[in-house]
Amino acid sequence: MLRDDIIEYSLDAHHSEEEGKNKRKAIWKVTAILSIITALEVIVGVLWPKDDAGSAWEFIKWGYIILTVIKAGYIVMVFMHLGEERKAFRMMVLVPYIIFILYLIFHLLTEASYIGATWNQFRV
Amino acid sequence: MSTPASKQIDSATLWGGKVSPFSMGYGKIMMWFFLVSDALTFGGLLTSLGFAKFANPETAVEWPAAEKIFTHFPFTHEHLPLLYVALMTFILIVSSVTMVLAVEAGHRMDKKGVVKWLAFTVIGGIVFLGSQVWEWKTFIAGPDGDISTWADNATLAYNSYGPVQYADYFFFITGFHGFHVLTGVVFNIIILINAINGTYERRGHYEMVEKVGLYWHFIDLVWVFVFTFYYLV
Repeated sequence: MLRDDIIEYSLDAHHSEEEGKNKRKAIWKVTAILSIITALEVIVGVLWPKDDAGSAWEFIKWGYIILTVIKAGYIVMVFMHLGEERKAFRMMVLVPYIIFILYLIFHLLTEASYIGATWNQFRV
Repeated sequence: MSTPASKQIDSATLWGGKVSPFSMGYGKIMMWFFLVSDALTFGGLLTSLGFAKFANPETAVEWPAAEKIFTHFPFTHEHLPLLYVALMTFILIVSSVTMVLAVEAGHRMDKKGVVKWLAFTVIGGIVFLGSQVWEWKTFIAGPDGDISTWADNATLAYNSYGPVQYADYFFFITGFHGFHVLTGVVFNIIILINAINGTYERRGHYEMVEKVGLYWHFIDLVWVFVFTFYYLV
């Protein structure tokens, strides 16, 4: 059944050979970045394992987390093309998710450290 | 760029009705909504892993460091901490790249390219699944490396590496992710068959590859976080 009230946006979603070449170049660049970050994480993990790192562990941990968020950003923005969608859509996907997940992380981790401390106090 | 979202349309027209204000097809928007909810599920799982870790009292069994457990590599007895998980991460990233190349070929209506890159994506997904089976087998076998002696095998009720919850989270998080990979491979095979049959060629666009591609990239995205929060941190 052919409906004239639905606009087929996907019919417009084509690009030329020339644009395709540029896109592929961008894809391989992001591939290199993601591979280098993963390799870096593994090298750090092998050279400075958690038990030997001592007080440097906090920095290494936050380094891992920041690198992970960078990797995630490249995957979402380039591979999933979220960077090429309209700003309204980008915000609709990212803002609620980020607010919810930060709220969850904050509460669960804050409560967890209190619960751990309570266990320590009563189970000596 | 020639995606519908990059067309210049003034916002009064865009938000005035009769057109999608996002210039996107229904299916793609719905895939994104599904992925946001699925991301909340995985976010909840990984955050609760953090909860269990921080709530683990110092007086109880110590929470183990992953680089002490995942030290094995197939076909060798060398001590190679985290290297195999890193290789799995790399395999998944590469299969994500082949997927995005399939999507790109679809935008050029290049049927051959779509089929080629989708086939590579399916292979990458199957290799990853096989790696996960090996990883589970090695983990379950316990420190003695023998899965047939049930003395120190890791189960949901007993864990030879540390707290029981550590093994429970391993099985649940990597298992839930592995199930996503399995369904992703099935979807990829279906659209590969459709692409070979020329279904999308006749339809005039390869948006289905893009939609399934979103799901496949999401699986890679989740694994990036599992790798950091289960194995590294």
